[in-house]
Amino acid sequence: MSALSSGPPIVALRKVGKAFASGVVALDRFDFDVHPGEFVSVLGPSGCGKSTALRIIAGLSEPTAGTVAWSQGQGADAENSRGIGFVFQEPTLMPWATVAANVRLPLKLRGLIAKAQPRVDAALVRVGLSGFSGSYPRELSGGMKMRASIARALVTEPRLLLMDEPFAALDEITRFRLNNDLLALWQSLGKTVVFVTHSVFESVYLSQRIIIMTPRPGRVFAELAIEAPYPRDERFRTSADYAGYCRRVSEALTRATAEAGAA
Amino acid sequence: MSNRTSVSRDETHPRTDRILRVLLPLLMLALGMAIWELVVRLNDVPPYVLPAPSLVFATLIHDWGILSASLFVTLATTLEGFALAVVGGVGLALIFNQSRLIEYSLYPYAVILQVTPIVAIAPLLLIYLPQQAAVLACAWIVAFFPVLANTTLGLNSIDHNLADLFRLYGASRVQVLWQLKVPAALPYILGGLKIAGGLSLIGAVVAEIAAGSAGAGSGLAYRIAESGYRLNIPRMFAALLLLSIAGIVIFFTLSLISHLLLRRWHESAVVREI
Repeated sequence: MSALSSGPPIVALRKVGKAFASGVVALDRFDFDVHPGEFVSVLGPSGCGKSTALRIIAGLSEPTAGTVAWSQGQGADAENSRGIGFVFQEPTLMPWATVAANVRLPLKLRGLIAKAQPRVDAALVRVGLSGFSGSYPRELSGGMKMRASIARALVTEPRLLLMDEPFAALDEITRFRLNNDLLALWQSLGKTVVFVTHSVFESVYLSQRIIIMTPRPGRVFAELAIEAPYPRDERFRTSADYAGYCRRVSEALTRATAEAGAA
Repeated sequence: MSNRTSVSRDETHPRTDRILRVLLPLLMLALGMAIWELVVRLNDVPPYVLPAPSLVFATLIHDWGILSASLFVTLATTLEGFALAVVGGVGLALIFNQSRLIEYSLYPYAVILQVTPIVAIAPLLLIYLPQQAAVLACAWIVAFFPVLANTTLGLNSIDHNLADLFRLYGASRVQVLWQLKVPAALPYILGGLKIAGGLSLIGAVVAEIAAGSAGAGSGLAYRIAESGYRLNIPRMFAALLLLSIAGIVIFFTLSLISHLLLRRWHESAVVREI
């Protein structure tokens, strides 16, 4: 944990606000640091602005207040986007292209097509899809589509991986397997992961740190460290420790929701 | 009871089903022709009122020289009109997609061209244009709008997350257009082409009819008009038969192209096993 907090944050959000033209205030004075190498979850009820926060980090949405500051070496906008991988809630694959072509897309858009093939192959191996490079998305199961989506996010070797409720639409068995595989990837690749979810259990299982948000307008309500050691597996999922963390996070989430309701 | 019926429907062997789908319409055709032939023969209907199917076929073979030349003229006009409609419709949709101002300026006029009946425009075109060009213009006017409307719809129907993904990786406008919008629009474009194929034939026929005996045309519709004046009813039927067959061939050709292009990925072309 000490190694975590030592370095300067990769990206720091300060008093970030986002008000949409419709008058909806999605975020209000949202403060959030992402430290190098960490796995941090952003947890909150639907519509609390957690996806908006992720889109602001990705540069897909502009904040209407506050600042987003990147650490050295990530200053320029072009450099930012180069260092980010994004996994959407839906697999978001091009249905007309094969799995390999979908994973190749980020490299192709940057004109790196010449050296793409080995990187595409490596990314597919990492997510366990090496036998499916010639398949079309509709031929894959929901879990496999999501694996392809993760491979695409990893193919550019991003420093920061942003994941927007990626497993929300999957069944529990598939979600558990992808949770385990994601943790293994995170440990072997040393990426920084920001994981948005509305599942208490998922956030506790995966993260070192959980940011709990209040409902609209989204603000940080509490921050909890999950100090259980990695690698985490089914033993952790069934341990008393895990249950205890889940209870604490769940209670904090209830308080966050209640406070907003009272305000 | 009804439940059991539906189960047995599903259990029909797929190959038997396919054979039935081809066989039954052919059977109905044969039945219809037989009744038609019988009615004409039993009532001694004169050929200038209603020719028997056998006479229509005989005429088709006997007049094949004239009719095939006319078929070729009409098909050529149809294909040229169709090609222009595809280029014009898809091209205009791409331009509209790139520039809102051009879209606002021109789209209403595309709609006006579409809603004004072509039969009413054709005589005017024949005054201002050489006949061949007028016929082609008619085929184009009728056929281009479905291509334009469908392509526009397709280009606007892209997955927003995919658009975000392209933005995240710094895609240029050209990359977004060719690698995201055009492939996403392809099923819609092909749907537009299927409609346009039949319509360009209709456009060509309408213009030929409007030109009528006044023109020097020699297309199938001109043959129909001419045969009508001469009370050569069997030839009218033979020419009509050729027009129908041309329409059917155009439709199936376009359906086949669409199927070949979409079969790997689009839901419309996927055969589901139940």
